[in-house]
Amino acid sequence: MSITRDEVAHLARLARIALTDAELDHFAGQLDVIISAVARVQEVTAEGIPATSHAVPLTNVFRPDELTECLTAEAALAAAPAVEDQRFRVPRILAEE
Amino acid sequence: MTAELTRMTAAQLGSAIAAGEVSATEVTRAHLDRVAAVDGQVHAFLHVPSELALAAARMVDDRRAAGQPLGPLAGVPVAVKDVFATADMPTTCGSRILDGWQPPYESTVTRRLREAGAIVLGKTNMDEFAMGSSTENSAFGPSRNPWDLTRVPGGSSGGSSAAVTACEAPLGIGTDTGGSIRQPGAVCGIVGVKPTYGGSSRYGVVAFASSLDTPGPLARTVLDAALLHEAMSGHDPCDSTSIDAPVPPVVAAARQADVEGMRIGVVTELGGEGYQPGVLTRFGEAVELLESLGAKITEVSCPHFVYALPAYYLIAPSECSSNLARFDAMRYGLRVGDDGTRSAEEVMSLTREVGFGAEVKRRIMLGTYALSSGYYDAYYGKAQQVRTLVIRDFEAAFEQVDVLVSPSTPTTAFKIGERVDDPIAMYLADLCTIPSDLAGNAALSVPCGLAPDDGLPVGLQVMAPVLADDRAYRVGAAVEAALTERWGHPLLDEAPALAAGPGEERDR
Amino acid sequence: MTETATRLVPFDEALTRYEPVIGLETHVELGTRSKMFCGCPTTFGAEPNTQVCPVCLGLPGSLPVTNAAAIEFTIRIGLALNCTIAPWCRFARKNYFYPDMPKNFQISQYDEPLCTDGWLDVDVQPDDGPARVVRVEIERVHLEEDTGKSLHKGGSTGRIHGADYSLVDYNRAGIPLVEIVTKPVPGTGALAPQAGRSYVTELRDLLRALGVSDVRMEEGSLRADVNTSLTPAGSGRWGTRTETRNVNSLRSVERAIRYEIERQAAVLDAGHRVMQETRHFHEDSGITTAGRSKEEAQDYRYFPEPDLVPIAPSPEWVAELRTSLPELPSARRARLRSEWALSDLDMAALAHADALDLVAGTVAAGATPADARKWWLGELRQRANAAGVELSALSITPAQVARVSELVASGVLNDQLARQVLDGVIAGEGSPDDIVRDRQLGIVSDDSALIAAVDDAIAAHPDVADKVRGGKTQAAGVLVGAVMKATRGRADATRVRQLILGRLGAA
Repeated sequence: MSITRDEVAHLARLARIALTDAELDHFAGQLDVIISAVARVQEVTAEGIPATSHAVPLTNVFRPDELTECLTAEAALAAAPAVEDQRFRVPRILAEE
Repeated sequence: MTAELTRMTAAQLGSAIAAGEVSATEVTRAHLDRVAAVDGQVHAFLHVPSELALAAARMVDDRRAAGQPLGPLAGVPVAVKDVFATADMPTTCGSRILDGWQPPYESTVTRRLREAGAIVLGKTNMDEFAMGSSTENSAFGPSRNPWDLTRVPGGSSGGSSAAVTACEAPLGIGTDTGGSIRQPGAVCGIVGVKPTYGGSSRYGVVAFASSLDTPGPLARTVLDAALLHEAMSGHDPCDSTSIDAPVPPVVAAARQADVEGMRIGVVTELGGEGYQPGVLTRFGEAVELLESLGAKITEVSCPHFVYALPAYYLIAPSECSSNLARFDAMRYGLRVGDDGTRSAEEVMSLTREVGFGAEVKRRIMLGTYALSSGYYDAYYGKAQQVRTLVIRDFEAAFEQVDVLVSPSTPTTAFKIGERVDDPIAMYLADLCTIPSDLAGNAALSVPCGLAPDDGLPVGLQVMAPVLADDRAYRVGAAVEAALTERWGHPLLDEAPALAAGPGEERDR
Repeated sequence: MTETATRLVPFDEALTRYEPVIGLETHVELGTRSKMFCGCPTTFGAEPNTQVCPVCLGLPGSLPVTNAAAIEFTIRIGLALNCTIAPWCRFARKNYFYPDMPKNFQISQYDEPLCTDGWLDVDVQPDDGPARVVRVEIERVHLEEDTGKSLHKGGSTGRIHGADYSLVDYNRAGIPLVEIVTKPVPGTGALAPQAGRSYVTELRDLLRALGVSDVRMEEGSLRADVNTSLTPAGSGRWGTRTETRNVNSLRSVERAIRYEIERQAAVLDAGHRVMQETRHFHEDSGITTAGRSKEEAQDYRYFPEPDLVPIAPSPEWVAELRTSLPELPSARRARLRSEWALSDLDMAALAHADALDLVAGTVAAGATPADARKWWLGELRQRANAAGVELSALSITPAQVARVSELVASGVLNDQLARQVLDGVIAGEGSPDDIVRDRQLGIVSDDSALIAAVDDAIAAHPDVADKVRGGKTQAAGVLVGAVMKATRGRADATRVRQLILGRLGAA
C-alpha cells in the first residue's frame, strides 16, 4: 500500500477538492496503483544526474519595462461570478494565507 | 462541388481560393454543411459559430477582390482545439468548470492563423484540460472515430483529429503534452505533428503541463501539416519559453519528400511485448519501405525510454496540480455553493469537486502528492532526473542517426468505454510519444496503413532533434508519397463513408 | 479578547534574564513602471481593477514574461547589501490557495535566490551614550510578485474576522516585490528594539538612494515582518521565534520587538514554551496578537516555475551594475559629517531624528550646515514631537527652512520672529516671505520709527531714564524691553539700546 485513504483525504484538502466518501475510496485505490507504477522512476540510478525543469535550455528572457494596454475593468470583471463596487465579490475568507 | 471541396487538401483549397477558382465563403460554407451533416455522429465540435466563420471568409474574399495578395492558407478552414483562447467564442477546455467562459483575449497561435487568413471554423472537443487519450474525459461527451464510430478518435486533441478525418475541416490544431496530437492523428489515420517545444507559442493555450505543452498541426497530408505548422509557429515575446529562431523549413521538407542517404534509427525500446501485432507488422513494413527509398536503417537503444512514461506521469500531474489551482470560482467560471454562509475555502472546494471530472481530480491529487514535502525528491525530483537521462538518450542517438522511428501508438483505436476506469491502461496509449515530450524535440506521426488484425489505421512516428522539425517532415512526406503510390490512393479513401444526417442527439 | 490580559515582564527586567535575538523580513515594492510579469502600470491608488490584464489576473492560458528592470533593481539591491549575485537561478512556484492571489500560486524564488550572503552595517543609537555599529547579516534577497487586495465587508469591524464577504481588487497583483531576509541578529541586548528600527531605517534609506522603490511604509511599498526570540541568559541555545506582521512604521518596528520581548519573557517565566507562530501588531494598542492557527501545516509544494526560463546574470552585467551604484547612505553620511564638520554624536543625532535628508536639502538650498541642523533638531523637532509625527511629515520643506535661515542671517528676522514664521509655514499660511509680509514680522530697521518708540519708552519710565542718565547704563534693559514690546519683537535689540543710550546722553 503506497498511499492511505487518510493521505488521499489530506491531498484533497490541500488541492481544495471536496471529495465524497465514495470518491475517496475509489481514488485511494486508483492512486495506490498509479503511484506504485510511477514509483518505477526510483529504479533508475540517478546519482549525480542533474534535474531537468526545462527541456530546451534558454536563459535571460526578459521584456523591457514598458507599459502595455490593460483590460478595461468591465472586461476584467465580465466573467466574474459576482461583482460589487468594481471588485470581484468572493465569499468570506477564513484563513490569513 | 460541395463534397469535392471538403475532400480537397488545404494546399489545394488555398491555391484555388488565391486563384479565384472558388471563394473562401464557398469553401467555408461547404465545411459548415459537412459539420451539420456528420458532426451529430462524430461529435468533433463543441462550438461552431458559423456566422463568425462566414464573416471571416467574406473578409478574405473582399481582400482578394481588392487585389491584395493571399497567403497559402487564406480562406482555409481550421478546427481549433477548445484549449486555445479565442476572443470571439467560448473556450471551455472540455470542462464544466469553464463552461461558457469567454476569454477577453486571443491566443498567439489563433491570432497568427487569423492574420494568415485561415478561417476558425469552430472549437473542437477534447479530454478535459487535455488530460486523456480518448476524449472520453470531456465533460461534454466523447468524440467518435470516423473509421469506427464505436471507437475513440484518440486524445486529447481527439475533436480536431476526428474533424479532419471526417472532412469537417481540412486542418486542425491541437496541443501535444504526452502525445495528444500524434496519438489521435495515428488512430484516425491522419498526420499529427508535435513541433519542437518552444517552436509554437503557448500564449493563450490553457496550460496542462507548462514544460511539455506544445501546439501543433493535424492534417490529412504531410504538406498540409507543414503549411499549418509554418503559419502558426515562430517566436512569440509573450511566451518566455518560445525559441527566438526561424521556423525550420518544414514546407520545403514536405515537398522534398526524400530520404535518400538519411540515417534512420529504430528505437529498440519502443516495440515488442505489449504492442498490437498488427501495429508492429505495419511498422516493420514502413521501415523496410524507408530502406527501399535509400535510407540507412540501424537499431538504436534508448535505455531510459522505459522510464519515460512513469516520469511523465509525475511531471505532468505535478505541473497540472499547480496550473489548475486558478480554477477556484473567484474570478471566472463555475461557482458552486455560495449561499452566503460558506467560506471562500468551502466554495472553492465544492466548485472544484463539481467542476472537475475524475481524471483531472486524479492527476491533481497525484501531482499534489508528488510535490509535497517528504515526497518531492523521491517522485518529482527523480522524474526530472529521468528527464535528463531521456534527453541524453536522444542526444546519443542523434549522434548516430538523423531521425528515430517507432510506432506512434502501441495499439490502434480502442473502443469507447474500454479503458475509462483503468487509468494505467489509458496511460499506455502515450507510451511511444512521451519521450519526445520530455525531451522537447520534434516528432511527427504519419499513417502507414491499416492493421491487418482490425483494419484500423496505424501511425509511424518520426522523431527529430530540437529545431530539426524539417527532418521529420522529409521522412513523413517520403513515406506518404510511397504508400499513396503503392495503394493508388490516400489511406483515408478507405474510411467508411459517414451517413449524412444528424445522427444521435448531440450532447449540447 | 484574552490577548489584552496577556502578562508582560517589564522590559528592563526581561533583559536581566533573557537575551533577545531578532530577525527581519522586509518586503519592498519595486518602483518599476510596469508589473513584474506584464505591462500593466504599478501606480498606487488607481480605480479598482483598472490596472489588470490576462497575465496579472492569472487568466487561463496567459503567461508571465519577466520585467528586465525588476531583475536589474534586485541585483542593485543585492550589490548594495554586499551580497553574492547568483550566476544562475530560477523562479519557483509557491502553491497555496487565497482569493487575492489570481493563480493560487505565487511566482517567487525558493532555494535559488538571486542574491545571498550580504550584510548591512547599522548605527544604533542608545538613549544615552555613543552610537554602536551593528552588522546585520543578510541571508537572501529574492524577487516575487505581490498579491491583490481584499476589502472585508459586513460584520462589525471591516476586518477579516467576522466579515460576511470580501471584495478583491487585483491592481496590486503582480507588482514586483523584493524580499530581504536577515540572518538572526543576536547580541544587541537592550538595544534590540532600536536595532530593528535602525536596520529598517538604514535599509529604507539605502533603497531610496538606489532609486528602486519609493519605500513608503504608509502605502505599503515597504513592509516589515519582525522575528523575535528570547534566549535564557547564558544558555547558549536560541529560543523559539515568533513572526510579527502588520508592522507598518519605523516606530512600530521598535514597539513590536519591545512588546514581544516583554510578552515572551512572561511566557518563559511562567514555565511555558513560546509558540512558533505568526502574530499581528496592533498600531493603536502597541500589542501583538496570535494569528489564526493553521489546522494543517502549510505545504507550499515549491517547484521550478516552468513558464519562466532561468536567470543567468553575466559577470559583465553585474560588474557594470556595481560600478553604477550611487553613493550609499553610509558613505554619504561619512562625507556629510566631514563636510559639515560634525562630531559622530551630532551625526548620529541627525540620523536618529531621521533629519539627514532634511538638513542636506536645507544646506543645498543655501543654509549653513550649523543653521540647518539648529532649525531641524531644535524648533522643528519640538513641533514634530508635540504633534506626534515624524520630522519629514511636517508641512515645511528644506527650501523653506533655508529661506527662514537666510532671512535671519540678513537681519530681516531675529530668532524669535523666525519661530513665528515657521509656525506660519507649518500652519499653511504660505511661504516664509508671505508670512513675513502678512504678519508684518520684518525687523524695523528705520531709525525714525524706532526713535519714536524709544521716546515713548523714556517718557513712560522717567525714573529709569534718570538712572541711565546718571550712568547706570545697565538699567537701559527695561527701556529696551519696552521698545521691543511696543514693536512686537520686530526691532533689533542692539540698535534699540544704542538709540536709547544716545537719546539719554549716556553713549
